[in-house]
Amino acid sequence: MVPITYYLGLAIILFILGILGVILRRNAIVTFMSLELMFNSANLVFIAFSRYYQSLDGQMFVFFVLAVAAAEVAVGLALMVAIFRSKHSIDVDQMSNLKG
Amino acid sequence: MSGATLFFIAMAVVIIGTAVGMLVSRNTIYSALLLILNFSAVAVLYLQLGAPFIALAQISVYAGAIMILFLFVIMLLGVEQLSSKENLHWQRPIAILFGIILMGVAAYLLIVKGGNPQPLPAPGANFANPTDIGTSLFTHYLLPFEVTSLILLVAVIGAIVLTKTEKRKSELDHSQAASNVETFDREKEA
Repeated sequence: MVPITYYLGLAIILFILGILGVILRRNAIVTFMSLELMFNSANLVFIAFSRYYQSLDGQMFVFFVLAVAAAEVAVGLALMVAIFRSKHSIDVDQMSNLKG
Repeated sequence: MSGATLFFIAMAVVIIGTAVGMLVSRNTIYSALLLILNFSAVAVLYLQLGAPFIALAQISVYAGAIMILFLFVIMLLGVEQLSSKENLHWQRPIAILFGIILMGVAAYLLIVKGGNPQPLPAPGANFANPTDIGTSLFTHYLLPFEVTSLILLVAVIGAIVLTKTEKRKSELDHSQAASNVETFDREKEA
């Protein structure tokens, strides 16, 4: 089969792409989607190690990460809708009301 | 190169390609659709890693519910494309440079210091069947399970409260303030 370092390398590449997406994109919804990409890479590492150690704990963690990510996306998108109602834009460069 | 390695490389190419496409695309709906493809390919990789329950949970929760929620919000707000005037031009090359440095460090750790990686051990026939996962959820992981249900309830309440329109409340305040002024005037006259 495939050694575990292949899966870890893929997860690291996905994580770095997620970070670049959060930093570089101005559209707040694409920022959220890059956050989901980072969650995915962490899940991949969990499941790879669950297979490596032949233990079920990694998959249980992924189960909980999935549920909490779903809750976080719901609240985050509700926040986006509320912000859009007042500013009529979801450009993160324009959300600078708290700037000193 | 065994068949498993070829399959992994094919899936990895799809995953990285769709991730890069999601980052680069100017249209938000294309980004969301590419991310759905990304999640499905990662679910297939979970199948190869011997996690069938989590693979199908990933497809039904991530690709099926979360991304549909994203698409709903994108189409509700009508923000398919932002106007492209970028203020901080110097950020992009520096971020990409740091990303490449981080990837280089990770590649060094994985390849040079990784030692001689053995192929992953094959799991038993009944490695991660739903019976074991259910038993583990209700015995070892009972507390996180109950707390997760609480988290989901709080998320539903939060989402409803955040998007509630304030108009009726302000009308109520106006009518309340008007009636207060009326009673005050009447008391003054009396």
